[in-house]
Amino acid sequence: MDFTFTEDQLLFQESVRDFLVNEVTTESIRALWETKTGRSDELWQQLVEMGLVGMTVPEAQGGLGMNAVDFVLLAQECGYVALPENLVETVLVVAPLLAALPESDVRNEWLQKMAAGEARIAVGHSRNPLVSDAHTADAWLLQHNDEVHLVKARKKNMRRNESVDPSRRLHSIEWAPKPATCLAKGPAGKALWMQALNYGALGVAAQSLGLAQRMIDLSVKYTSERQQFGKPIGSFQAVKHHMANVAVQLEYAKAPVYRAAWSLANNHRHAGVHVSHAKIAATEAALLAARNGIQVHGAMGYTWEVDMHIFAKRAWALDGAWGDRAFHKTRVAKFVLKDNALIGASNTFVA
Amino acid sequence: MELAYTEEQQAFRLQIRNWLKNHVPKKPLKSFDTEAGFAQHRKWEATLNKGRWGMVTWPEELGGRGCDLIEWLIFEEEYYRAGSPARVNQNGIFLLGPTLMEYGTEEQKKRILPKMATGEEVWAQAWSEPNAGSDMAAIRARADRDGDHYVINGQKTWSTRAVYADWSFGMFRTDPNSERHHGLTFILVPLNAEGITVRPIPQLDGLPGFAEIFFDNVRVPVENRLGDEGAGWKVAMATAGFERGLMLRSPARFQETARRLVELYRENQESADRDPMVREAVLRAWMDAEAYTLTTYQTACRLSKGGKIGAESSTNKIFWSELDQKMHATAMSILGARAELLPHAPAAQGVGHWLDGFLFSQSGTIYAGTNEIQRNIIAERMLGMPR
Ligand SMILES: Cc1cc2nc3c(=O)[nH]c(=O)nc-3n(C[C@H](O)[C@H](O)[C@H](O)COP(=O)(O)OP(=O)(O)OC[C@H]3O[C@@H](n4cnc5c(N)ncnc54)[C@H](O)[C@@H]3O)c2cc1C
Repeated sequence: MDFTFTEDQLLFQESVRDFLVNEVTTESIRALWETKTGRSDELWQQLVEMGLVGMTVPEAQGGLGMNAVDFVLLAQECGYVALPENLVETVLVVAPLLAALPESDVRNEWLQKMAAGEARIAVGHSRNPLVSDAHTADAWLLQHNDEVHLVKARKKNMRRNESVDPSRRLHSIEWAPKPATCLAKGPAGKALWMQALNYGALGVAAQSLGLAQRMIDLSVKYTSERQQFGKPIGSFQAVKHHMANVAVQLEYAKAPVYRAAWSLANNHRHAGVHVSHAKIAATEAALLAARNGIQVHGAMGYTWEVDMHIFAKRAWALDGAWGDRAFHKTRVAKFVLKDNALIGASNTFVA
Repeated sequence: MELAYTEEQQAFRLQIRNWLKNHVPKKPLKSFDTEAGFAQHRKWEATLNKGRWGMVTWPEELGGRGCDLIEWLIFEEEYYRAGSPARVNQNGIFLLGPTLMEYGTEEQKKRILPKMATGEEVWAQAWSEPNAGSDMAAIRARADRDGDHYVINGQKTWSTRAVYADWSFGMFRTDPNSERHHGLTFILVPLNAEGITVRPIPQLDGLPGFAEIFFDNVRVPVENRLGDEGAGWKVAMATAGFERGLMLRSPARFQETARRLVELYRENQESADRDPMVREAVLRAWMDAEAYTLTTYQTACRLSKGGKIGAESSTNKIFWSELDQKMHATAMSILGARAELLPHAPAAQGVGHWLDGFLFSQSGTIYAGTNEIQRNIIAERMLGMPR
């Protein structure tokens, strides 16, 4: 039993955090909102060079061959800065999905190109009605029933749908499945899509931890500076307790998220339930951080100018992605309410 | 990261499981807030100690097994899973014991720990006073030095188990001119000493679960001081740290409550589902108990690699106490019109213990530092908000 990250994993987290906090500022995010793609090719290349984009690509295809446990803390940091780039889905969904396919030229070539930063792939899962970052992708991984299709991206086939979060670039895609684009089907395809959903949900959960922490930090800073009645508003207990409540929820969402990452990386038979628990806990912490964070900012919290909304909106937007609340609760219910359920003391780490 | 038990850990689990199967009393013991029940629980402590299961984290020479925190968590899981009796001496073994090991002299450890381990001496905590509750630094009970003795005068209150316990530990003002958390000293006082009056206070269930203690010129030898004179606050904070931290409420207790709640819900599902909130609350009970367990394991692993418990331990106390309240409130909701029945009422039909648990859960957000105080600590020390 070892529920800790390695020195290396923690050091990598630290260096990625330093990089992201410097490069992805709220000013740079706001500047990207005004651009056509909303994305920075330069930043993406930097992420490629740091090895982040290819982290979960197998070594044979030029990646680092790492897993969800290695990446989960980094996904958390992506949330902390509200990174607009589609890094988390690329690393946690696209690469593992492609890598899980049987060896083929198509598979190997796209993985290689991804890791080298020569191509990007967006993913459309049936649980997400719209595809994130379809517009900067060279190819789309799309679901048709149980089939996995890799389709060349065509601008004329997609339509932008604006999100509450101006950094999100969502698209509906018109396409018709053809035998030539099908990479997997039947039970194998079904399992791949289920796996993709679990990885996508883990990505949301990890980012939500970072978002919640950022909203706490912004709120603590603001309430320490803003004065009313002759003192900082952060000295009032009602304000303190709003933030303490977020801190408690966040503290108890972390371990479920890290456990879910471990279970996915180790193909644990209950990984799906672990992911659902993690996603519910982490998104709820982020939603509470948004609610209480806005509250303690007063009217400032209701403005476009103050940075709070950048993170609040990401939290709201991600909440319904990769399986909504009802989907994940249903999975938990199935696990908890069945006969001879593996619940109660001594069953948490049952193999 | 490796979220699986080693073979040794699994073998350890089976060893406890077997022992408990053969030793846990088949018939539940009476409440330890009755005289007869207290004696039964004291006997159970002796049985546990004989099997060397009394305090597994203690060193072997004190009757323990020198277990690490993970093994302790495994022990607790098996202990609760087997429906074993509550620990009448938890103030001693979980709170004073660790404090003694850190601050006690060799003589004190030899004198106190073995009898604590066998249940021969049961301990009560004596911090609170009528005018020093949340504000513990307002303590006024005095201990005046007289040669090689302290002479204690004053009053303590809300002292759990004090009605039948043998000893108490607490803080007293040794410097009459001192204020707040200065000039306080940690002293161990036998409850049968001359000049002590213990007045039982009935709790919500009507039983005297705590008591007031009056001190009238009680003479205690200086050897009963723990730590230096005037250093009481520091020593006491170590105890409070254990209490809030890992030891007081191990996750297994809440996991078993969550499991029983799921059972109760499934047995009464048709009627329970008339209120759609119930199912939601039942699922949350499992998720939150699971989150508490995972987080505790994470902390235990961090501590065994040399990490320290910080201000985030205040989140722990809030989380378990509120989880416990929510679970019991949900049970009451499922039981509907039967919820109000005392355990022995004929129509309670074996579900009355939920009421006991519900009543006790009301106190979890109050004792060991109220949740409001914990929220202040989180905001100021963990988040760095202004005082
Ligand atoms: C079941 C039980 C067992 C106990 N066992 C023991 C024991 O063994 N030994 C012992 O010494 N004590 C024991 N206590 C006492 C316990 O530690 C105190 O009750 C607790 O510290 C609160 O003190 P109080 O009751 O005086 O409440 P008060 O301090 O009067 O508080 C009343 C209310 O005011 C709030 N409040 C007070 N100050 C603040 C503040 N600064 N900010 C925000 N809110 C505030 C509190 O949160 C609470 O809601 C026990 C209590 C209970 C209920």
